Amino acid sequence: MAYNLKQVVAEKPSRFTSGHRMCAGCGAPPVARHILRALKPEDHAVVSCATGCMEVSTFIYPYTSWTDSFIHTAFENAAANIAGVEAAYVSLKRQGKLPQDHETKFIVFGGDGGTYDIGLQSLSGAMERGHDMVYVCYDNGAYMNTGIQRSSATPKFADTTTSPAGTKIPGKMQPRKDLTKVLAGHHLPYVGQTIAYMNFKDLYEKAEKAIYTKGPCFLNVLSPCPRGWGYPTDDLMLINKLAVETCYWPLYEIIDGKYVVNYKPKNKLPIEEFLKPQKRFKHMFKPGNEWMIEEFQKEVDTRWQELLDLEEMGNK
Amino acid sequence: MQNKIDANTPWEEMTPGGDIYEAGNAKEFKTGSWRSMKPKYLSEKCTQCGLCFPVCPEDAIPVNKEQKREDFNYDYCKGCGVCAKVCPFHAIEME
Ligand code: SF4
Ligand code: SF4
Repeated sequence: MAYNLKQVVAEKPSRFTSGHRMCAGCGAPPVARHILRALKPEDHAVVSCATGCMEVSTFIYPYTSWTDSFIHTAFENAAANIAGVEAAYVSLKRQGKLPQDHETKFIVFGGDGGTYDIGLQSLSGAMERGHDMVYVCYDNGAYMNTGIQRSSATPKFADTTTSPAGTKIPGKMQPRKDLTKVLAGHHLPYVGQTIAYMNFKDLYEKAEKAIYTKGPCFLNVLSPCPRGWGYPTDDLMLINKLAVETCYWPLYEIIDGKYVVNYKPKNKLPIEEFLKPQKRFKHMFKPGNEWMIEEFQKEVDTRWQELLDLEEMGNK
Repeated sequence: MQNKIDANTPWEEMTPGGDIYEAGNAKEFKTGSWRSMKPKYLSEKCTQCGLCFPVCPEDAIPVNKEQKREDFNYDYCKGCGVCAKVCPFHAIEME
């Protein structure tokens, strides 16, 4: 059935409720909510969050924002946690101890700290073992929950509390890890990179594929943080748009090893457009620092071209 | 039961393992008091285009079965202004 935003929102009530304590204007709740809307209403889910903003603010005892089962866990083992629950579910179902006509889906949400860095080993293990689960990384590009420390998802030159831009260093000194490609290297049935953009079609359709493709699937979703990135809270959707239109965050998927680029901007915007509204990149616009913008642009261009090449290779 | 638990509840009266038995009970925690700006819905200007439906982090824009949005739910709206910025028809004003 073709995606229809109004119908999806009207007919599928939120499984991620109001009353959570994420910051005003946070980019992550709309992402998690829309991903859960991709579940069939009759299916149940078991959700777990790696330590992070979403974990600490959606499940503050004695309240939960999740209408599905939820398991608290630590930074490094969210994927292992859900993998274990999935294995138990498969076993109990085989033994006839669970109803055969009910489907349960297994979903992890982790921030970039819990996914790119601390939880990478358990994520890699769970994916390799082939559990029927979805791991969603909501990437806000730093450890926001603990005070904006750099992670391996933080882009080069970004000013964070552990990579402060000043006279000694120009912000973070290393380029961003490309986690989506790392997961692609696991040869999974489905890997998607997406964002909440326009009518959220890309996000919803990728979530649906990830949830209902059997086996281990991965979604990487850019999720802006007004505090950590330093832009006015109401600009959330503008920042998402600029991330896509500059090709900083390309929308693509890898289905059984085949790359598909889902959106190619007709007029690829210069990277300044994405950097300018964010305080973490402010120093890049000072006279004498033009080289930083040039280098950033070059990296974006290289990665974008690489992606187009990978897609083309698959078409041959 | 567990909604009455607060910082002064003795441990014997808490749920074993810190379990929460009621799905989605965070709804009882009203976050509307966080707000410093308030979105105002100008229904006469609204075309029900749907663009604001999914963007609210607080799920504070109710959408009914007829696929039409209703006025804001101020119990939860934190006043971030994201909805006002995406509306192409200026049907949401921050005040
Ligand atoms: S101002 Fe923010 S929290 Fe309030 S309804 Fe709009 S998007 Fe939701
Ligand atoms: S974005 Fe504006 S016009 Fe569209 S449904 Fe929302 S309030 Fe109405």
